[in-house]
Amino acid sequence: MEELIKTLTAAYGPSGREGEVADLIEGMLAGKVDSVRRDALGNLICEKKGTAADGRRIMLAAHMDQIGLVVTHVEKEGFLRVSNVGGINAANSRTRHVRFHNGVQGVLVEQPLKPGETSSLRSYYIDIGAKDAAQALSMVELGDVAVYAEGCFSIGAHRLAAPAMDDRCACALLVKLMQTLPACRDTVVAVFTAQEEVGTRGAQTAAYSLEPDLGIALDVTLCGDVPEDRKLAIALGEGPAIKVMDAHSISNPDLVRELLAAADRAGVACQREVLPHGGTDAGAMQRTRGGMPVCTVSIPCRNVHSSCEIVDLTDMDGALRVLLSYLA
Amino acid sequence: MELKTLCETQGLPGREEKVRAMVREACEQALGKDAVSLDGLGSVIAVRRGSDPTRPRVLLAAHMDEVGLMIVSATEEGLLRFRPLGGVDARVLVSKRVRVGYDQADKPSLPGVIGAMAIHQQTAEDRKAVLPVEQLYIDIGARDKAEAERVAPAGTPVTFDAPCVPFGDGLVLAKALDDRVGVYNLLRLLDAPYAGDLVFAFTCQEEGGCRGAGTAARRAQPEIALILECTTANDLGDMPEALQVCRVGQGVCVSFMDNTSIGNAELYRAMLALGRDRGIPCQVKTFVAGGNDAGEIQRAGVGCRTLALSVPCRNIHSAAGVCSLSDIRAQEDLVRAWLAGR
Repeated sequence: MEELIKTLTAAYGPSGREGEVADLIEGMLAGKVDSVRRDALGNLICEKKGTAADGRRIMLAAHMDQIGLVVTHVEKEGFLRVSNVGGINAANSRTRHVRFHNGVQGVLVEQPLKPGETSSLRSYYIDIGAKDAAQALSMVELGDVAVYAEGCFSIGAHRLAAPAMDDRCACALLVKLMQTLPACRDTVVAVFTAQEEVGTRGAQTAAYSLEPDLGIALDVTLCGDVPEDRKLAIALGEGPAIKVMDAHSISNPDLVRELLAAADRAGVACQREVLPHGGTDAGAMQRTRGGMPVCTVSIPCRNVHSSCEIVDLTDMDGALRVLLSYLA
Repeated sequence: MELKTLCETQGLPGREEKVRAMVREACEQALGKDAVSLDGLGSVIAVRRGSDPTRPRVLLAAHMDEVGLMIVSATEEGLLRFRPLGGVDARVLVSKRVRVGYDQADKPSLPGVIGAMAIHQQTAEDRKAVLPVEQLYIDIGARDKAEAERVAPAGTPVTFDAPCVPFGDGLVLAKALDDRVGVYNLLRLLDAPYAGDLVFAFTCQEEGGCRGAGTAARRAQPEIALILECTTANDLGDMPEALQVCRVGQGVCVSFMDNTSIGNAELYRAMLALGRDRGIPCQVKTFVAGGNDAGEIQRAGVGCRTLALSVPCRNIHSAAGVCSLSDIRAQEDLVRAWLAGR
């Protein structure tokens, strides 16, 4: 799992540009699933047929995309103006090392604020070491997207920090699940979704084409175990969380019970998650076509939407065992 | 069809019937009656079958509706209260001439003017504030409430009263350029050479929240969709270059993303390269804001690859939009060249 996470968090893939991540995952699942395809929005859809003729069709969704910064303008001095792709937090972005897909490196900088001016991405620029606009435009183009450049590193005994842990850790979980899943009654469709961070767009079209009976999103959730926390009853390392609700979906109560029961059978301690804001691909899946029961299995994660998102490998392992137990 | 005719036709969100009738007739003349249908929300969908099934099914879309106002009630004095339909800035409304109701063969619409407190009565504070829509009214010269309600009952559509005129050096000044320029070009493209299936969607209710595009796209089921739009040109005054979005006269605007969609990355690059190769003026939309039908179209059904190609427009969503004829031409040329090369 650790290796999968390190490989996947190192890949480049902001919303709308998930191709490199999809290529990696497709390689990891070669020979492990019955069919693989991609759709117009860039979703990677990997299906493993069930053994029972009356088995259900279960969609598992983990999103490939990460948040980023799109170049909107080049100043004559060669600095790049940017806009957010997904929920970039300006305070988390000050003086950050960023990179582009073509290898160009930069530093994201906030210019000094004028009195009364509030901090926003409008006052940020990327310095790519260009001496003027012409040189900058020979290195990047308008519309190119930068991502946080930090690498993945270990902290403590079994924790990892990286940008794009949201949601590549869940991509790693879903890859591992599909690699190890024994034959089961239900057809399991692993969908590595595109464009979640800009409004769960990929999950919507994938769910439309797949018409599943059930949807489970795999995503990170916030932790409430840090100083000045937001009073969330979620702690890092205390086990995966089964989502009861967030701002975009109310999990199907039967499905919540079944997942918690599966966790019991597997001997995995779970947390129950109620997130007053945010949403996952479950929100898009549940309202597609005639609707379907959904739930989210969440990985607790500190510093979500920063360049150092931290997850605990014991939570990852617990989530894998819960899903295997549920699908068995 | 003339751009002037299209711009001067009245067509609010949900009340596109006049534009729809013109568009439908033009499509039927070009492609035959059987090729043209309406969807449940009132979008016009014209299908041109291709000879080569290996080519992708392409949708070209433009919205028929324009921003405007709708009457909600009358005051005791016979003045009309209204609400905006679509994003209308209250600052552009005061003292504008409007047409209340739609022109009918036997009954023209009523002239009206948007009124507010006279400057003589305003305090210094009043003059600094923007009057909210709730404090504005439309004066149609009615004697009293009963007469006002009789000639302009609640629900009556109101459009800006502004002719479409040539303007300066190759520009055009009109209301409703957003998105009649797209409709104009879509009609011109009905004969564009392309061997695959080509679907034209003239959508409704874009300004009311992109409502018509999703249903139209679900019918059209395209693999690729190009959205012909009109977008904000913020190139006046001392606006810093980084906030100008795009500039009138610098070519058709290609979008890498807005608030509702991310332009397909390959299409985006291919379109800019095509513009460069063919000498068709193109520019990049350099600000991420707003949204258009691409958002609904890309997510309709199993989804499709989308890209928005927009004509820059100053004073968009007002009675006095300004576009460049060369940019309008560039939008058509770029789509035509792209289709020919697919």
